[in-house]
Amino acid sequence: MLNYSVKRLLLLVPVFLAVSVVIFMIIHLVPGDPIDNMIQIGSSPEQRAVLIARYGLDQPLLLQYAVWLRNLFTGDLGDAIILRRPVLELIAENLPHSLRLGGLAFIFSTAVGIATGALAAVFKDSWIDRGVMALILLGSTLPSFWLGLLMILLFAVQLEWFPVSGARTWTALVLPVLTIGLHGVALVSRVTRAAMLDVGRRDFVLMLHAKGLSHRRIQLQHVLRHALLPVVTILSLRIGWIVGGAVTIEFVFARPGLGSLLITSLAQRDYPVVQGCLLMLAMAVMLGTLLGDMVQAAMDPRVRDSLK
Amino acid sequence: MTALRKTALWRVVNTWRGGLALAVLLLVALAAVFAPWVAPYPYDIQNLSATNKDPSMAHWLGTDEFGRDVLSRIIFGARTSLAVALTAISVSVTLGMCLGAAAGYFGGLFDRVLTAVVDLTWSFPEVLIALIFVAILGPGLYSTMVAISIAYLAQFARLTRAQIMAIKNETYVEAAANLGSGHFHILLRHLLPNAITPVIVAGMLATGDAIILEATLGFFGLGVQPPKPSWGAMMSSGTAQIFLAPWTILGPGFAIAIAVVSINLFGDALIEALDIRNRVRDV
Amino acid sequence: MALLDVRELSVGIGALQPLDRISFALDKGSILGLVGESGSGKSLTAMALMGLLPLIGGRVSGGSVRFDGTELVGLPEQHYRPLRGHRMALITQNPMTSLDPMLRVGAQIDQVGELHLSLSAAAAKARSIDLLTQLRIPDAATVHQQYPHQMSGGMKQRVVIAMALAGEPELIIADEPTTALDVTIQAQIIQILVDLVRQRGLALVLITHDMGVVAQACDQVVVLYAGRVAESNTVDAIFARPTHPYTQALIACIPRTGQAPGSLKGISGMVPSVGSYAAGCRYHPRCGQVQPICQGEVPALREHAGQRVACHFAQLEGAHG
Repeated sequence: MLNYSVKRLLLLVPVFLAVSVVIFMIIHLVPGDPIDNMIQIGSSPEQRAVLIARYGLDQPLLLQYAVWLRNLFTGDLGDAIILRRPVLELIAENLPHSLRLGGLAFIFSTAVGIATGALAAVFKDSWIDRGVMALILLGSTLPSFWLGLLMILLFAVQLEWFPVSGARTWTALVLPVLTIGLHGVALVSRVTRAAMLDVGRRDFVLMLHAKGLSHRRIQLQHVLRHALLPVVTILSLRIGWIVGGAVTIEFVFARPGLGSLLITSLAQRDYPVVQGCLLMLAMAVMLGTLLGDMVQAAMDPRVRDSLK
Repeated sequence: MTALRKTALWRVVNTWRGGLALAVLLLVALAAVFAPWVAPYPYDIQNLSATNKDPSMAHWLGTDEFGRDVLSRIIFGARTSLAVALTAISVSVTLGMCLGAAAGYFGGLFDRVLTAVVDLTWSFPEVLIALIFVAILGPGLYSTMVAISIAYLAQFARLTRAQIMAIKNETYVEAAANLGSGHFHILLRHLLPNAITPVIVAGMLATGDAIILEATLGFFGLGVQPPKPSWGAMMSSGTAQIFLAPWTILGPGFAIAIAVVSINLFGDALIEALDIRNRVRDV
Repeated sequence: MALLDVRELSVGIGALQPLDRISFALDKGSILGLVGESGSGKSLTAMALMGLLPLIGGRVSGGSVRFDGTELVGLPEQHYRPLRGHRMALITQNPMTSLDPMLRVGAQIDQVGELHLSLSAAAAKARSIDLLTQLRIPDAATVHQQYPHQMSGGMKQRVVIAMALAGEPELIIADEPTTALDVTIQAQIIQILVDLVRQRGLALVLITHDMGVVAQACDQVVVLYAGRVAESNTVDAIFARPTHPYTQALIACIPRTGQAPGSLKGISGMVPSVGSYAAGCRYHPRCGQVQPICQGEVPALREHAGQRVACHFAQLEGAHG
């Protein structure tokens, strides 16, 4: 297990480098002089000179990348053009909100999704099963931002149970978490149900019956554990969707967070902030995937042997 | 192959879900194509004395903040969404198939590099990838199309590669090679036609996601720019009127939902009818 | 009284009848071979005996199965379950897939002891290791902690046998226990099973398609064809005087040492699939001695002195007409 963890962590390095190159290149691919994209209009030549020195903008591209990377690791992600504050500060302010939202949404989706999926499988073809399938259909085909808007319309505007936007109270978390969560529940539920039914058809399940174990015990103690594997696989592959969902939903509900920050700075062409946010979000995806892989390896002895 | 597809289509249409989905899709497509004739009003006629009106006989879905007819804007918006999504996915499928087929067939370094890149992008949410390209190219129609194309490229490359690799070791391919057929010939005549079906169906399902992605980008204000109507942008400006005119949000939302649900239902029915579920699986 | 008494057992799956009025009986300490090609219904018989037909969408559509006097057909699940894994055990065809890949093999054997014999975890573990040792697995304590994917097919099958024995069964049903294994291992496994039966006084239903295995291990044989009993007798008698044309053909197929190259025999035609069975005698399309009556009339299973044959032209030993 340790062996696998180390190897998997090492794999992170080339991935991170590749992603960072793409993000680094954004400022150079955008039309215009990179300096102009990092600084406010009407800056003095002295301010430009400071920037050039800081980022090595008079050096060849490869060196600029190296400088940028080095800056990254010393905590210098540049300064926001509009707000004129260090990007790192802006990110530090917004990150906790996104973490809270994403984390809760993940827990909600996983727990509810596994529960409903398992129930649907155990009570296959009953009204429980049909209900869950309908839920899955809705959750996976309806666009999340529309779902969010619907939630706002229904629960915030009409019923006034929750605030329409912002993050002042903890109740403001409920609707956003539910919105992201519903999509996640649909995904997890579908996979859990399919996996449990699939596993239930396997030979070793027949053998378990032949050994005299009860149906319920077989489903819960054996089949579910196997079914969790594809669930973890899907979750770790798709951990990105939480990030994507969070980005969208933060914007919909006007919540502070990395997502809203990214979107607004994109519209304002505040590239240092854009780069900083994209980097953070990309890191979140990579770390999430890593964690998912580790959990998979912990659960399935066969995965541990796969990274030879 | 064509005969099989014909009967599969018939079987799909026969089921009530598949048939209904197809009917709805055709309706949406026709409305989009014939928008100028179908829509009751042009999409940009403003009437500042009748803003944010509730649905009425004159305006079936009410008016927006500029007094424009919501229903007409939704119908014209269908044009944008469908055009963007279909174009982007078509490009994505074509490019993806080429890359995937080359990787699967020739293997070697190209394959390893491609697989590495595909696996990398595979775990990233499409929204994020799209946003990266919008960052580079700026908002607008074309950057939206490019962004969506690239966001789904990995999926199709991967799928095609898997199909090609599964087929290329079949004996009839070996036979063709032994008879002296060139690589290109083998790819075109033998491998691709058999690999194509799951990819096409996956493309169809991805179109639904692409519509959502386009609307999401529009909602962020980063997609197709005004005055061209886009479902996402309509919903975005609608949020300012959320208390006054919920129809400006609900209308386009329902339109998206109907379109995407129909695509998904039809796609699923097609997968069942063609019996290729194991080839198009989500992982 | 026979330990296992099967009478006129018929099994249905959907609209099909893959098993039609199968009968045989088995005493403690003896081995019954159930022979037939794939598709003859052998595995279904195993499922039916264990009461596992619902798992594959099947049901008993007629007949009776008596185990130590208890009628199993129609027995409610809550009474059936205590029997499974305890008094009657199953060994399946494919050891590769009948073990849970995510559990250590030892735990899977322990489970039986804990469930049916109310053993503590430690006692169950000790017993499992003991069983593995008896099955000639070297270093049983280490093997106990291994996962299935770390073992060879032969080892896995021994684990499965250990699982079957862990509940102290009186009856073991082994469904083609060696088909998925190497030829060299096959003989070993069969010998293990035979020794177990002789030493512990168990009853064994050995399902196989290999007449060679039958000759080696069994006391009696039941030959199945297309869901029906073609012939049944003691092993010695059936090899000395095979009466049903199918049995004769099966025995002729066994490769013998000294056979001239190119003289291996087969049986022409293929086993029909359920639902496309021939009318009358189901074997008649492949029979070398077919007559018009074979197509028109189903041959009755005639019995005499321990021998049973279902053929219009079979001459029973000592019987007339």
